[in-house]
Amino acid sequence: MGALENSLFNIGYLETLSCQATPIHRLDPRVKLLTTLGFIVAVVSFPKYAVLDLLPFFVYPVALVALGHVPMSYLAKKILLAAPFAFFIGVFNPLLDRQTLVQLGPLALSGGWVSFAAILLKFTLTVSAALVLVAVTGFNQVCLALQRLGMPRVFVLQLLFLYRYLFVLGDEALRMVRARALRSFNGRGLGLGAYGSLLGHLLLRTLDRAGRLHQAMLSRGFDGEIRVLRPLRLRGRDAAFFLGWSAYFGLFRFYHIPQALGAGVLELIK
Amino acid sequence: MSHHIIEVEDLHYAYPDGTRVLNGIAFTITHGENVALVGANGAGKSTLLLQLNGCLLPESGRVRIGEVPVTKKTLAHIRRTVGLVFQDPDDQLFMPLVFDDVAFGPLNLGLPPDEVERHVMGALAAVGAVHLKDRPPYRLSGGEKRAVAIATVLSLAPAILVMDEPSSNLDPKTRRQLIELLKTFEHTLIIATHDLDLVLDLCPRTLVLKEGRLAADGPTLEIMQDEALLASCHLEKPLRMQGWSPGAVAGAGAAHSHG
Repeated sequence: MGALENSLFNIGYLETLSCQATPIHRLDPRVKLLTTLGFIVAVVSFPKYAVLDLLPFFVYPVALVALGHVPMSYLAKKILLAAPFAFFIGVFNPLLDRQTLVQLGPLALSGGWVSFAAILLKFTLTVSAALVLVAVTGFNQVCLALQRLGMPRVFVLQLLFLYRYLFVLGDEALRMVRARALRSFNGRGLGLGAYGSLLGHLLLRTLDRAGRLHQAMLSRGFDGEIRVLRPLRLRGRDAAFFLGWSAYFGLFRFYHIPQALGAGVLELIK
Repeated sequence: MSHHIIEVEDLHYAYPDGTRVLNGIAFTITHGENVALVGANGAGKSTLLLQLNGCLLPESGRVRIGEVPVTKKTLAHIRRTVGLVFQDPDDQLFMPLVFDDVAFGPLNLGLPPDEVERHVMGALAAVGAVHLKDRPPYRLSGGEKRAVAIATVLSLAPAILVMDEPSSNLDPKTRRQLIELLKTFEHTLIIATHDLDLVLDLCPRTLVLKEGRLAADGPTLEIMQDEALLASCHLEKPLRMQGWSPGAVAGAGAAHSHG
């Protein structure tokens, strides 16, 4: 129960972070969204053994974290929270793919271990980029950017409402769980049966609220379109941000610079 | 301003599941009146309010706002004229930021941006919530949420303001501020509430609902002294009037004394 409370509180914290006034926060949300998407596409498109090639991509989230004043420890906790998913996707690779790929002195590294590492790296990069995007932009601004970039209105609305009522739903669930805990003794009444009816009630309440909400919207002239009064304007620094990072991603995606550097160093030693 | 008269004629309504809620209600409210709607839980207060701006449409009978009957075709006009403030501000505040939420109605009306801004700031100023404009609604306190919920409706400049339980869940001081705020409004005001002391402060006229019918319609002070009527409708004398003689009560309204 405490965990539920805390994680909701933490989402709120992400919102607090997005209200800061750093140069990164002032950038146009569309630019940040597109750059992040480009980053994710570049990272994900690497072949499965490309561990070294991924490393330069850490520059992007780290730069945003530093310039956008996002606390690293908070981000790390959020990433760890999602880490089990990536871990279980990749954990069997070392067992399935035993062909030796790299020989580090006496240590033979199989392809499985390398691809496992690549999965974890890709996961860390993409999740941190997405989290940082929300932390320096704000979820609502991200939605606004999505809409301006042509995402169908229905989906944007769904996202906005999801985000707005996540907190209300969370509070409601929390109150019910608390009320149940206070009346269950020796672990009795905490079983699946009670859970079913608790969830059912939550669903019914949600439907009721959705109905009332719709009425409240209709009462104020809702006609299927949500209009927001907030002009977005692209400026020079937005373009510079986008072009600069795109060039960086492109460069490190298509040229194997870490290997080239390594080879160069080896040449020098010889 | 005859076009702000509210006329309800022989209004009947049952919910789709068959529950009968309104059984032949009739009243007229003229421009600028403050009217309280009281009654037991489940007496039909909220349902009646939803009829006044066409969220629900009558099964039989008629609701008329000014010269315009409430029908599907007139909804846009009706909703412009009748502003409805819901009981739970969380139902009313659905936009990401307070400003967006208050701007929601005016933008739907198609007002130009500078007009929208003017309406929004005006409405926020009226409820004393200008400083909240860039906050997300779920981070506000109960009193702040209520104030903003009222602003979302005021920004449409309605002639008639309909409120469902405006004083519920408010601390005494916030409640008092709300009452003082409502006193300054020149709108026709219809308030459904269990807070009979608030009724005493704001509404010279009271409608009492009982099982979907009007049990009484008259001056608030008279109704509040009719103990038999109040008891039969699950009501009680306002706290301020308990233990007071009728003569003392008239003066007590301004003095905030308690019995």
